[in-house]
Amino acid sequence: MSKTYVEALILSQSIIAKDIYSLWIKAEDLAENAKPGQFINVYTDDPSLLLPRPISICEINKEQGTLRLVYRIAGKGTKCLSRLTSGDEVTVMGPLGNGFPLISDKKAMLIGGGIGIPPMLELAKNLVDPVIVAGYRDEIFLKNELEKAGQLHISTENGLMGTRGNVMDAIAADRPEAEVIYACGPLVMLTAVKKYAKEKGITAYISLEERMACGVGACLGCVCRTVKKDAHTHVNNARVCTEGPVFVAEEVDI
Amino acid sequence: MNTSVSIAGVEFKNPVTTASGTFASGKEYSEFVDLGKLGAVTTKGVANVPWEGNPTPRVAETYGGMLNAIGLQNPGIDVFIERDIPFLKQYDTRIIVNVCGRTTEDYVEVVEKLSDTDIDMMEINISCPNVKEGGIAFGQDPSMAEAITAEVKKYAKQPVIMKLSPNVTDITVMAKAVVNGGADAVSLINTITGMKIDINKRQFVLANKTGGLSGPAIKPVAVRMVYQVANAVNVPIIGMGGISNAEDAIEFILAGATMVSIGTANFLNPYTTAEVVTGIEEYMRDNSVDNIYDIIGIVK
Repeated sequence: MSKTYVEALILSQSIIAKDIYSLWIKAEDLAENAKPGQFINVYTDDPSLLLPRPISICEINKEQGTLRLVYRIAGKGTKCLSRLTSGDEVTVMGPLGNGFPLISDKKAMLIGGGIGIPPMLELAKNLVDPVIVAGYRDEIFLKNELEKAGQLHISTENGLMGTRGNVMDAIAADRPEAEVIYACGPLVMLTAVKKYAKEKGITAYISLEERMACGVGACLGCVCRTVKKDAHTHVNNARVCTEGPVFVAEEVDI
Repeated sequence: MNTSVSIAGVEFKNPVTTASGTFASGKEYSEFVDLGKLGAVTTKGVANVPWEGNPTPRVAETYGGMLNAIGLQNPGIDVFIERDIPFLKQYDTRIIVNVCGRTTEDYVEVVEKLSDTDIDMMEINISCPNVKEGGIAFGQDPSMAEAITAEVKKYAKQPVIMKLSPNVTDITVMAKAVVNGGADAVSLINTITGMKIDINKRQFVLANKTGGLSGPAIKPVAVRMVYQVANAVNVPIIGMGGISNAEDAIEFILAGATMVSIGTANFLNPYTTAEVVTGIEEYMRDNSVDNIYDIIGIVK
């Protein structure tokens, strides 16, 4: 709860891989309330672009009142965002969504694919020595930070680093052990993670993506099919922005 | 300075409400806006039974606007009466409940149940472009629109607003039809049917193929239609379509709207409704307008 809509000061922005940007913003209220796995809405100052961009939180610094976003340029909105530099302001709202539950008494495996990797960093920092499986297409980012936060296993599609293939190939090759899984990435990856967790008999918390408008649960644009009746409409359509983005894999129809 | 307006005997402290479907039943935006500052909250469409809505993707951004094809996902009237009306009754605002249905019987069932609740008005949605049966069929055929209005009026104990579709050749024909049927007011415009194609995937962006266009892109169309309807019928108009700020709202009021609704703009600024209320007051002060009625429909 306790969302705020504010002008945030941009502290720094840098490009960390092709089309991947790292942005630190000062937003005290958001940082104070934020949890790993939550996201924020970022608004552009281009009036032709109406909707906010939902971007996951990569790191939270509560002492400094800052948040880090690592995002990929996917269109005009993120392109606008990438042009901002330190000293600029950007309108943001958050924190939004439920975030990952922190289960401290189980060995955790964090699986991130592509632009699903950034939210795993803050989560890893809140767990004790987790296994982190990061799947990249080719170019690596956030490697140093992830190595500090847990036991990092890498896959790359071109095989330049780690296991050639995807995150499931890395898991098959390195066989890391875990009692709970957290995952964020493309749908095809999440489907594979769901299957893997079921075979292992462990719970997987997966973070879903859907096209959003409001981000606060009002418009019902971003629903996903659920096994149980959803909290809002009672029709097995939960709001990704509000009941999610994190769901127990077994409880969603993906 | 008097910003209060009256529609069919219902007094509103100011002419600002929310556009159905963009504000749910107010709870989500109550974290940002004091709902008691608004003239009314207009809720998302509610049917006789829960509706699942359409598959995703349900929303897409377009130049200066957005397309939606939510498909009226709603929990049904029983949950709505039990949960949403008590929530809204905590606030000093009027409650306008938007009603959707597939058949006349669906609408009547909801209207009968709402009649026994403590709401202020009903808005009958005969113009949603995203559901295949019912809905829009009533909104594009004058005789059906008149008939459904008359039927709803038989059961409604509160005044009835008929929400009109812009997806017609002549909106004044539809406005006259619902007024003949006994409508106490009309609201317009609903969204304009649109489409977006992803040229890389070579497929429709929305799962429903088409969706309703809203946002600043449609505002000139909405202002024109409010003006036309204001000059065609003698019932109050609730105007909407791309209103993002007080200047936009004033435009609708000058064109003939007694009230205005804020819709898509809530998504880019959750404070828009409250800011429009304040902005209308500022405009009135700056222009020495003592009573909002002094500017409603004065541009001829």
